Amino acid sequence: MIKHFLSLEWKQYFRSSYWQKSIALNILLVFFALYFVAVFLVMGFALLPVLKKFFPDQDPFIIINNYFFYWILADIMMRFFFQKLPVMSVKPFLTQPIKRSSVVNFVLGKSAMSFFNFLPLFAIIPFGIMLIIDGYSASVVLTWILLVILITLIINFFNFILESYSAEKELSILPLILIAGSLFALNYFELISFTDLLGSAMTSISNNSILILIPAAVLGLVYVTNYKLLREKLFLDSSLKSKAQEVNASNLEWTKKFGDVAPFMQLDLRLIWRNKRTRSSVFIMVIGLLYGLFFYPQPMYRDMVWFFPFIGIFVTGIFLINFGQFVPAWDSGYYKLLMSQNIKYEQYLKSKFTLMSLSVILLFVLSIPYVFFGWKILIAHFAAAVYNIGVNTHVILLGGSYNRKKIDLNQRAAFNYQGTGAVQWLIGFPLMILPMIIFALINWLVNFEAGIATLIILGILGIVFHNPLMRIITKRYLNSKYKMIDAFSQDT
Amino acid sequence: MIEVNNISKVYEGNKVLDIDALSIPKGQSFGLVGNNGAGKTTLFSLLLDLIKPTTGSITNNTIVVDESEDWKPFTSSFIDESFLIGYLTPEEYFYFIGDLRGQNKADVDALTSQFEDFFNGEILGKKKYLRDLSKGNQKKAGIVGALIGNPEVIILDEPFANLDPTTQIRLKQIIKELAEKKGVTILVSSHDLMHVTDVSERIVVLEKGEIIKDLETNAATLKELESYFAGNLTAVQEEE
Repeated sequence: MIKHFLSLEWKQYFRSSYWQKSIALNILLVFFALYFVAVFLVMGFALLPVLKKFFPDQDPFIIINNYFFYWILADIMMRFFFQKLPVMSVKPFLTQPIKRSSVVNFVLGKSAMSFFNFLPLFAIIPFGIMLIIDGYSASVVLTWILLVILITLIINFFNFILESYSAEKELSILPLILIAGSLFALNYFELISFTDLLGSAMTSISNNSILILIPAAVLGLVYVTNYKLLREKLFLDSSLKSKAQEVNASNLEWTKKFGDVAPFMQLDLRLIWRNKRTRSSVFIMVIGLLYGLFFYPQPMYRDMVWFFPFIGIFVTGIFLINFGQFVPAWDSGYYKLLMSQNIKYEQYLKSKFTLMSLSVILLFVLSIPYVFFGWKILIAHFAAAVYNIGVNTHVILLGGSYNRKKIDLNQRAAFNYQGTGAVQWLIGFPLMILPMIIFALINWLVNFEAGIATLIILGILGIVFHNPLMRIITKRYLNSKYKMIDAFSQDT
Repeated sequence: MIEVNNISKVYEGNKVLDIDALSIPKGQSFGLVGNNGAGKTTLFSLLLDLIKPTTGSITNNTIVVDESEDWKPFTSSFIDESFLIGYLTPEEYFYFIGDLRGQNKADVDALTSQFEDFFNGEILGKKKYLRDLSKGNQKKAGIVGALIGNPEVIILDEPFANLDPTTQIRLKQIIKELAEKKGVTILVSSHDLMHVTDVSERIVVLEKGEIIKDLETNAATLKELESYFAGNLTAVQEEE
């Protein structure tokens, strides 16, 4: 049975137009994967000497175990956003003589093969080797490695339990952030010291290999829970059940102020609010807005003036980047309709432009409190906002004309790679890096004011030449019309 | 109204459509039949400039469709579900199409209210998104969407598929009424020979991308079509 499943997986992967069309993207992903492997390898080998150097009077093994709590928190958060339960279209199997349990076991087993589970190995095995070289008992280290693998797998399956519950709720990210945040806070203010608890637990398990049965039992428990959850879903009626979603209708009359782009604005606003995928980009907007708080409170960054426009672009442009990079793929599901309807392409694009510009203005206004960390930050954010409206909106719309990937709006996922082409990756970086480099250069050669002025002038130039720019962009879209229709009408 | 000149479409060496000449006069109700892969949808997609012809061209009211977009205001179509916007309610979808075609809400309401029978109370005022409707109901919404804005050319690909018998009969009525209105050219493709002969004045049979038959509909047309497609079957059996 497993053999059949495996061969189906293989075909699904290599026969998808996704693979055949975007080797560049795959190369990029492999590149990222290799990068992380390298980072973890270096970390694994370097950790022991570094710890010894900075904490000469403490046992590095104990330190690691104490900090493992943070690793687990970070791992859960990362996985929640990035890792999804492997998808398998089960409908065709349900009527075949296949045991439901083997389908479930296969899906769960496949999830254990995730890159997320292998990545830690690249750090812990070198670290273990270093420990043994350093004179730790091999049996203790081996038990410890086994323990970490078990913990990784527990997190792996625990994450799917979290996801299956959060999938049914709106605002699913919030509870997780709250729980993780409060655990962190409890620990940080030493109300309950999870670090010590976990640290001593890990140390004692490593010293008594028989205790490894406890995490093994926990792993069994989360696996069985997952199994039960999935097994329940493996009936057609759960997917056929009509989820008659109540409509939240508002007529959006106010968009009429925008004249002939109004119908598209209404469409876009409904698109954003009524689909999970797009709605998540609104929530990401909130996270993006707070991004500056990672940097500005630290005195180290407060003097790095050249860095401000980068954060400014990010804070005021998070929606622009997040939403804009999937224009026109957001509309891929009904692209044929748009193309055969009586529409002007320019209006369609203009609506996206208006929406993105409004978001930049809104985000800038919301980011004004950053002035608390210094007036230069506010000015840098203002320049970044102008640059975003004048330059980045046009660049991202132009990049969209190279978009050849369909987005299935009905799928949930905050960081679903679906619809992300290599072009989008490439376009995301220069949007942020380029203005930073321009600013940093002039800031260094001349002064702060000149750098800010340059960004603002570039932005204003973009706004002044908006119409000719839009005509060029529209032309590009028209030129790739057939290719886009063809690509969007393919299933992934 | 519609002139097809020397059009062909080749996919990777396979010729899927090859029509020397086809002329559809204004106001005709035109039926297109053919087995799977005969090129029906390809022809309609070319008409709507959704794919590029390998050779030749199509003019719609003297406008070459792949050179100008001026045919769009008077042409409307429903090809498949990808013409629907899943996250809109049917009303919002109709208003959106109406907006694009210069119709205000009152115009659209006036039009859709004529189709209450056709909708059978399952489309309007249900507070459901199009994506949550059944296949048949989605089709109903799509077909009515294609009637908004007084189009002069209406293209419907397989409109009878997925509809229940009552709705099929009502749809035939609607198409006939439209055809009686002067100046509306209707192009319908179907696998259902009876329905298509019922609603069309003229039937064209496609096979492997070529026009095999071009018939004025009369009492004998259905028999002729049936024997043609049945003949196909025996021919295949003899080959084996």
